[in-house]
Amino acid sequence: MLRLVTSSAAPDSTIRLERISLRRGGRDVLDGLDLSIPRHGITAIMGPNGAGKSLALRVMANLVRPDTGAVIHGLTDPQDIALVFQKPVLLRRTVRANLRHALAIYGVPRRERRERLGELLDFGRLAAIADSPARALSGGEQQRVAMVRALAARPRLLLLDEPTASLDPQATAAIEALIRGAAHSGATVVLVTHDRGQATRLADHIRFLHKGMLAEAAPADQFFLAPKSPEAQAYFDGKLLL
Amino acid sequence: MNGFGDAFAAAFALIVGFDADLVEIVGLSLRVTLSATLFACLLGFPLGAVLAVGRFRGRGALTVFVNALMGLPPVVVGLIVYMMLSRTGPFGTLGLLYTPTAMIIAQTILVTPIVAALARQTVADLDAEYYETLHSMGARAGARMRTLLWDGRFALMTAALAGMGRALAEVGAVMIVGGNIDHVTRVMTTAIALETSRGELALALGLGIVLMALSLALNALVMGARLSGARLAHA
Ligand SMILES: Nc1ncnc2c1ncn2[C@@H]1O[C@H](COP(=O)(O)OP(=O)(O)O)[C@@H](O)[C@H]1O
Ligand SMILES: [Mg+2]
Repeated sequence: MLRLVTSSAAPDSTIRLERISLRRGGRDVLDGLDLSIPRHGITAIMGPNGAGKSLALRVMANLVRPDTGAVIHGLTDPQDIALVFQKPVLLRRTVRANLRHALAIYGVPRRERRERLGELLDFGRLAAIADSPARALSGGEQQRVAMVRALAARPRLLLLDEPTASLDPQATAAIEALIRGAAHSGATVVLVTHDRGQATRLADHIRFLHKGMLAEAAPADQFFLAPKSPEAQAYFDGKLLL
Repeated sequence: MNGFGDAFAAAFALIVGFDADLVEIVGLSLRVTLSATLFACLLGFPLGAVLAVGRFRGRGALTVFVNALMGLPPVVVGLIVYMMLSRTGPFGTLGLLYTPTAMIIAQTILVTPIVAALARQTVADLDAEYYETLHSMGARAGARMRTLLWDGRFALMTAALAGMGRALAEVGAVMIVGGNIDHVTRVMTTAIALETSRGELALALGLGIVLMALSLALNALVMGARLSGARLAHA
């Protein structure tokens, strides 16, 4: 049985997954997943390919309905949650028009849009490319637009699925700056990443997933000093296979 | 008029001399066809979008129905519209039979399924790509459809031009509901049919050349729309 609960009863966590199961292709790709995301700071979700990280994010974003379990959070407005994909899907318009579209979708009143748009272009350092067709931009620029578009909703929970996986170091640094900015402004950030360096730089908390289950939850400094779970140890030794 | 060459010479003389009859006929053709295409787009684009992203009972059946209507023979559409508008028909009192309005109605019925079916495909393809993004943004159905229609604008322009090409070349429906009345409802295709049967090849040929040129121009526009869409990375 699936329970979707909206409550602010857990002030220390923004969102909590309880015993989430999800069948895909005849097997449980999420298999009784328990996952709680602390209210403050950046949580990195790590784990091998196929562990269920992307699906867990989609469950949190309400894009995928799990078969059983409970999703517990106090976020009442759909715009409280924003999701950025590894491969951004931008509209067939200019950067400016993409952001204007997002502001309209998010219900920002017409008279405020121009000012908000200016802020967003500044924040993402997008002013110079504001009038370029979004899909003609480089991968790094596109991802910056996607990040800024997500932040235009002023979400309380920002979910990022390997946002820098195919970017060069410079573009990665730009995205990481935006992630820090979002966390700084008070959003809860969940970052799926394979990049240990990135997790070390950004994350306050680590959740390690394996085979659709939580293998380890720990503060980041403690986790990288010495992961406790055999799965995480094997993963960082390059030995973990799914 | 004797001989092929003479007919061509006379036809070109009509065209370059902006012959009054020829200009009038071409003008009415464009007016009817452009109006019908406009109405077909106003109906067909939203219908296609609803068929593509709507979730309601009977959507599959309606899609099959619209696709089937694409192959409607123009004479059958002409016949049905004729029966609706004839004096004894349900809309007989409007007195629309044998007017350009009747021709616009018939061609709108012909073109709408084409535009709707092509729009449905365009919007459905885009929806597959945009689905998660728009849902994660919390966009409602109406906003999603508008977004998809706008982002499919180059493909939709192609659909509109394809529909217009069909309307421009069509003869059966406008003949039946328009009646090919001189100075009233005579358009390029019906005039060509009549003038040819009367052996007046010069005007028929002149109109034929204009019709061909317009068809080529439409096709060039279709290609242009595709290419500029791709070049601007908007397509
Ligand atoms: N629609 C689907 N059909 C079958 N298997 C799926 C489907 N979606 C996801 N999976 C499987 O679920 C597992 C978890 O996927 P995912 O959450 O994308 O993993 P990752 O941790 O790499 O992000 C993978 O093994 C994937 O192959
Ligand atoms: Mg993934």
